[in-house]
Amino acid sequence: MLDSTPRFTALPHAPGVGYKAQHYAAIMHDPAPVAWLEIHAENYMGEGGRPIAQLRHLADRFAFSVHGVGLSIGGETPLDRDHLARLAKLCDWLKPASFSEHLAWSTHDSHFLNDLLPLPYTTSTLTRIADHIDEVQEALNRPMLLENPSSYLTFAESTWSETDFLAEIARRTGCGLLLDINNVFVSATNLGYSPQGYIDSFPLDKVGEIHLGGHDEDADETGAPLLIDSHGREVADPVWALLDHTLDRSGPRPLLIEWDADIPDWPVLAAEARRAEAALQRVPA
Amino acid sequence: MSVSQSDFHAALLDSAAPVPSGLRDGNGRAAGNRFSVYRNNVAVSLTEALEVNFPAVRKLIGEKKFRAMAGIFLRQHPPEAPMISQYGTEMPDFLKTFQPLAHIGYLPDVARLELALRQSYHAADATPVDPAILGTMAPEALMGAHLDLAPALRLLRSDWPVHGIWSYKMEPGAPKAVHEPQNVLILRPDFDPRMTVISNAAVAFLQGLLDGTSLGTAHDRGIAVDPDFDLAHILGLLIGGKAITNIITGES
Repeated sequence: MLDSTPRFTALPHAPGVGYKAQHYAAIMHDPAPVAWLEIHAENYMGEGGRPIAQLRHLADRFAFSVHGVGLSIGGETPLDRDHLARLAKLCDWLKPASFSEHLAWSTHDSHFLNDLLPLPYTTSTLTRIADHIDEVQEALNRPMLLENPSSYLTFAESTWSETDFLAEIARRTGCGLLLDINNVFVSATNLGYSPQGYIDSFPLDKVGEIHLGGHDEDADETGAPLLIDSHGREVADPVWALLDHTLDRSGPRPLLIEWDADIPDWPVLAAEARRAEAALQRVPA
Repeated sequence: MSVSQSDFHAALLDSAAPVPSGLRDGNGRAAGNRFSVYRNNVAVSLTEALEVNFPAVRKLIGEKKFRAMAGIFLRQHPPEAPMISQYGTEMPDFLKTFQPLAHIGYLPDVARLELALRQSYHAADATPVDPAILGTMAPEALMGAHLDLAPALRLLRSDWPVHGIWSYKMEPGAPKAVHEPQNVLILRPDFDPRMTVISNAAVAFLQGLLDGTSLGTAHDRGIAVDPDFDLAHILGLLIGGKAITNIITGES
C-alpha cells in the first residue's frame, strides 16, 4: 500500500461519471453516489448556449475533470496552439479539479481523425511527448494526467515497455497518470500479457485518477481474441477484479465510469458508480 | 521498420492500401486486420458525427445513401479541428458537386440550414435590450440608430422551400413543402434556435442592419424590395427572439 496522497488532482476519492447531457435533470435531482463529473473538453468549446449554461450550473455543485480527446500529444508535429488556447480558456473559467489527455495522436497534416491512434515507444517519441507535456502544463499552468491507451497492435521499433515509458514521462515532466483499467485489460488480452503484471509494474504513486469502461469482444484473423474499447456497456467482471487488484496496491483513488456509446438511462449508470463506490469502500483509506 | 504517422494516416483513410509494415500483434507477427480497428474507428466515428450534424439530409436521402456519401466526404474533408460538433462546413459545396446526389437540387441548402442551426445553438449568449426603450425614442432618433444583433442570429436565403423541406422531415405532422423560394431567419431567444420564414424585403432590411447601416437606411432597403415592407413585424420578431442586444444612437 502506498501512503502518499496523489497531488496531481483535487478530485475526491469517490465515484464519478462521464457527463452526458441527457442525464442533466437526473443528476441535478439526485446524483448519488456520483460525487464528480468528467467532460470531454472538445464538447464544450462553443461560445455559449445550452451546453455551456448546463456546465456552469453543474460546476456550482460538482468537482469537474476536463478530459481532452483532441490534443494529439503523441503527434509527430507541433501541438496545435489554437487548440491549446481553447483548452486554457475552458480551464480558466471552469477551474476543474483535474485535466487529463491521452498517450496517443489524433491529428496529422491538420486533419483530425477523431480516434486515439497508437505510437511506438522509443527514446525519440518519449522526448517528443515529454516536450509536448511540458508545453501543455505551461499553457494550462497546472500538472496534467496522461492516460494509458487501449492497444490492438504494437510497433516492431518499440524499445520501451509501456509502463516504463509512462513512468519515465511522469518523472521527466512532473505530470501524473490516469490509469484506465479497462484499457489495461483490453491491451493485455489483445497483446497476450498479464494485466496484473502490468498493474504491478505501473507507477501507481503517480496515478491521480482511474477510468473504468465497457469493451466489446471480437477476434483477429488467427482467431485470437480482440477486445475493442467501445465504452458502450457495463464494465466487465474481470475489469472489476483488476480494479480490486489495483486499489489493494494504490489505495483509494478518484474512480470514473465511462459510457460514451449506446448511453443508458441514469439508473444503469448510477448502478455502475455504486459498484465503483463499493470497490473503494473495501480499501482502507 | 519504423512507421511514420504519415504512413499510418495514409493507410487509415485508404482501405485498399496495404497495412504499414512494422506493426505487430502480441506475438511478433504482422498486425494484419488489427489495423482495421483503427480504420473502422475513424470511418465510423466521423460518419456518426455527420449523422448527428446533418439529420435532415440523412432523412431525405436515407441511411444507406447517407453512409455511402459520408464515407467519401470524410476522406475528402477530414475535420480540420477537434471540435466534432463543428464538423461538415464543406458539406453544402460537396453536395453541389457530388454526382450521385446532384439531382436533388435542394440538398445543399438543407445542409446549409442544418449548419446554421448548429452554429446558432453554440453561439455566444447575449443580453437583449429592454424593448420598451424603442417606444420611448423619438422617430428620428430611432431611424438614425444602429442595432446590434445577437450572435446566435442567422439569415439564410434559398431558391428552394428549404424550411418546408426541413420541417416535413424533422417535425411530425408538418405539411409537405410548397415549391417556392424561402428565406429563413434563425433566432435563439433562450437555448433552442427558432426558425421563421421571412420575405425578401425583410432579408434586405436585416442584411442592412448586419452591414451596419442605420435603422432608417435598412428600412429604405426593405422598402426598395417591397413598398409594403412591414417594419413593425420584423422588429417584433427580433424583439420576441431576444435578438436586439444594443441600440446605438447618434448621441451615445
